[in-house]
Amino acid sequence: MRTIFYALTVAIVISMAFWAYHENYKTQEAQARTEQLQQDIAGARERLRMLRAEWAYLNRPDRLRDLAEINYKFLELMEIRPHQFGRVGDVSMPVEELEIIDLPLEELEIIELRSEGGQFP
Amino acid sequence: MIRTPLRPLARILKAREEGENPDAIERENIRARHDELQTRARRRAQGRLFVLGLFFMFAFATIGVRMGTLAHSEPAEPRTAASGAHILAQRADIVDRKGRILATNFETFSLYAHPQEMIEPEMAADALVKIFPDLNRERLVKNFTGKRTFVWVKRKLSPEQMQAVHDIGEPGLRFGPREMRLYPNGALAAHILGGTSFGKEDVHSAEVIGVAGVEKRFDERLRDPALSHEPLTLSIDLSVQAAVERVLDGGMTIMNAKGATAILMDAETGELIALASLPDFDPNDRPAPPTEGAPDDSPIFNRAVQGLYELGSVFKIFTVAQAMDLGLVNPSTIIDTRGPIKWGKYKIRDYRNYGSELSTTKVLVKSSNIGTARIAQMIGVNRQKEFYGQLGLLDPSPVELIEAPKVKPLTQRWSELTLMTMSYGHGVSTSPLNLATAYATIANGGYTVKPTLLRQPRNQRGPQVLSEQAAAHAMKMLRLVVSDEDGTASLAEVPGYAVGGKTGTADKPLTRGGGYYEDKVIATFASVFPAHDPKYVLVVTLDEPSENSGSEPRRTAGWTAVPVAAEIIRRVAPLMGLRPEIEPVTVTGITEVSQQN
Repeated sequence: MRTIFYALTVAIVISMAFWAYHENYKTQEAQARTEQLQQDIAGARERLRMLRAEWAYLNRPDRLRDLAEINYKFLELMEIRPHQFGRVGDVSMPVEELEIIDLPLEELEIIELRSEGGQFP
Repeated sequence: MIRTPLRPLARILKAREEGENPDAIERENIRARHDELQTRARRRAQGRLFVLGLFFMFAFATIGVRMGTLAHSEPAEPRTAASGAHILAQRADIVDRKGRILATNFETFSLYAHPQEMIEPEMAADALVKIFPDLNRERLVKNFTGKRTFVWVKRKLSPEQMQAVHDIGEPGLRFGPREMRLYPNGALAAHILGGTSFGKEDVHSAEVIGVAGVEKRFDERLRDPALSHEPLTLSIDLSVQAAVERVLDGGMTIMNAKGATAILMDAETGELIALASLPDFDPNDRPAPPTEGAPDDSPIFNRAVQGLYELGSVFKIFTVAQAMDLGLVNPSTIIDTRGPIKWGKYKIRDYRNYGSELSTTKVLVKSSNIGTARIAQMIGVNRQKEFYGQLGLLDPSPVELIEAPKVKPLTQRWSELTLMTMSYGHGVSTSPLNLATAYATIANGGYTVKPTLLRQPRNQRGPQVLSEQAAAHAMKMLRLVVSDEDGTASLAEVPGYAVGGKTGTADKPLTRGGGYYEDKVIATFASVFPAHDPKYVLVVTLDEPSENSGSEPRRTAGWTAVPVAAEIIRRVAPLMGLRPEIEPVTVTGITEVSQQN
């Protein structure tokens, strides 16, 4: 009985040691990967910053104004003026084209009833 | 230790006499000794067990505490700081109210030399001068061939320049990474942003520090590594700022002014939507402070904040508003405007003779100095001083610019005479920004505001210094200055935006003191729009304008600052999403006889 107990203990110790080493290596691997990722992130951030700066530079008001002036012929872009404000109410609704009624008379009555909320006969 | 003998003679003899077995005594003594030994051994064992127990308890407690802290602490990645090969963006961005970039960082390189490693120093110097024409060849050669072991050549390089230097192929020329501040919009909002320069320098990196404007005022916040990914959001609107600067620049040219400033402020919150001062500069390449001449000749001078001017008649509304607030006058009270008023050796006169009497409204609309002085006399020195103080006209502006706290408005000694002159804006020099702040108080119903360059939540009102009614009357009068046919600012009429405002034309004081220039003025137009629902305050100031289209030059604000301001409003109001509205028809103000305070 005691032998079995000792053998079991030794086996458990060995397996624990194995597990612990295994975890250790896994941690080291993960750390190496994070470091790589961190560098990638830093690089990506840098690129992003660069792109943002470039975007801001290309969109600077002076340049946009000059471009609008150069391309006035094609784009006809102008500065926004007070009279360009409109109201939704001023926009006329699109005229709906009426459909040609080619249904038999009985069906037409049903549609009428439906639209009035009435019951079917 | 005294050992008890196993066979004590006395007891043995006694036992023998009594016929007992003396061995029993020995056995008993042996037993007693055993007992004693056992007790001692047990105690020792107990002690050891106790120590061991303590040891284990501590060991387990340590592990337990460690596990506890691990479980409770924030999970953090180990070795994050290790990956610092590149210099990361250390200084936070500055963005406008809609998140558009005003200042950001840029990775670039610096150029330095190790002369002892150079092979052909003179050839390298030649090649460098070709790439950078601003370098001095003699100096480079001297540095490269002298005893120095380290020489800075250039602090910032563009990628093209770097490639060109690389192509020289000189091993003694080296590059170091550099973080550089970039203002992508160039000169736009230059006076707000200020500029940066390098602080502590090193081959591998350099500190970027703010030298002026917001960059310096918020230097610590911008450099805080914990906040480096959160941009600093200003209240400025980039497109509005661009439009204001563009129109102002055009206006300054047409009006032949040597300088100009425009301030657009949210009347409710004190947020500055745009703040322009011309001439301006490129913060990417900030010019050095001037060593000679007047400070306001330099482009780095911020006229809106640093400029202290006697702003003239724009102050009249404060006098009138205060008198109405105190119940001394109402819009239709008749004021005696016979002039000139004589006070000692001084005379107060009007630009034109406006007759013997005017209503309070007309005093403002026609801009009568005499009428305003009479109203000021009703108010008195102490109350005037207190009110100007409450409006913030007498203190440095609290705006978040490093230059602001140093600019203390100037006043003459307060007296009965200055009471009258200050009522129409003479004898008190203040900044256009302070003026805008004071107008915001009138526009928002009498609450003080704190001018700010940071984005604010809505409804941040200061204490009330003017009753809503007095403020409303004052607004109606300001509107009449523009809409009335007699008004001095009729050119400010912008259909749909109901501009209200007051002009001010003040002679510039002689630089040597003791009097004023005949032909140099500061023309100011302080306006509020829309007058029936005031939202924004716009102050435009032109320095030495002169409108020369007529037979003789016209310098009054009504001909110079007003049209520029009107054009700014026409351009900027739609940009801010302000829909043109037909002004609600109310009482016209002048004929308002029935209303008594």
